[in-house]
Amino acid sequence: MKNKMETKFSALSQNESFARVTVAAFIAQLDPTMDELTEIKTVVSEAVTNSIIHGYESDPEGWVYISAVIEGDTVELTIRDEGLGIEDVEEAKQPLFTTKPELERSGMGFTIMENFMDEINIVSHKGEGTIIRLKKHLTTSRALCN
Amino acid sequence: MSLTINMEAKNRVLCIRLKGDLDHHTAEKLKNQAEAAIQKHNIQHIILNMEELHFMDSSGLGVILGRYKQVNKKQGEMVVCAISPAVKRLFEMSGLFKIVKMELSEKNALQRLGVA
Repeated sequence: MKNKMETKFSALSQNESFARVTVAAFIAQLDPTMDELTEIKTVVSEAVTNSIIHGYESDPEGWVYISAVIEGDTVELTIRDEGLGIEDVEEAKQPLFTTKPELERSGMGFTIMENFMDEINIVSHKGEGTIIRLKKHLTTSRALCN
Repeated sequence: MSLTINMEAKNRVLCIRLKGDLDHHTAEKLKNQAEAAIQKHNIQHIILNMEELHFMDSSGLGVILGRYKQVNKKQGEMVVCAISPAVKRLFEMSGLFKIVKMELSEKNALQRLGVA
């Protein structure tokens, strides 16, 4: 059985905590470990922050879309924006690479997403936006009757 | 959750105590307050106490690196203390431990900098 949620919100930095807490609340039903919960919250924060800063260049008129799907012990997250898109995805994934060093960006966002999740898929088109899909198998020992 | 920042300057050492969430939204507040304190008290070293920090992402790494660069210009050090395993992983992943020192407690950090 698939269990899904989705939401959208303005590209405002104060919504970053809303996004990660919302996803964390949704996946709480899988009884994840504290580490897994922290990892999920961190990757949501990274992807949403990217959409706000890079996708929309902090224009609050933009929408950020997140969805989460639970299937068995697997969580699949999709974070999407309709912003500027990423020029070169492979370059963007390099540790410490950032297009905005003046904003003190660490360039670690994608590295963290890759490290904390089992699968990452990035689709981006210039002028159209970016879709990040992230997948993680949780170690939770779920009830057999489920 | 927002970020509460408590700062105390002692002998050119700035103790920054963080409580709550350090993300992109709250990083700018930390940057502005720390920069102002560094200038006002002619700060050379920074201690970052993360005992009550509940969440941090790569925006936190960015603002920490930015402050490290500021004190490094004055031959200063940056010491982080009471960090959680989650934050420690981010530090390790980014290689920040090559330049930022870690201590178990604020007391140890102060001793390391010779102001305890």
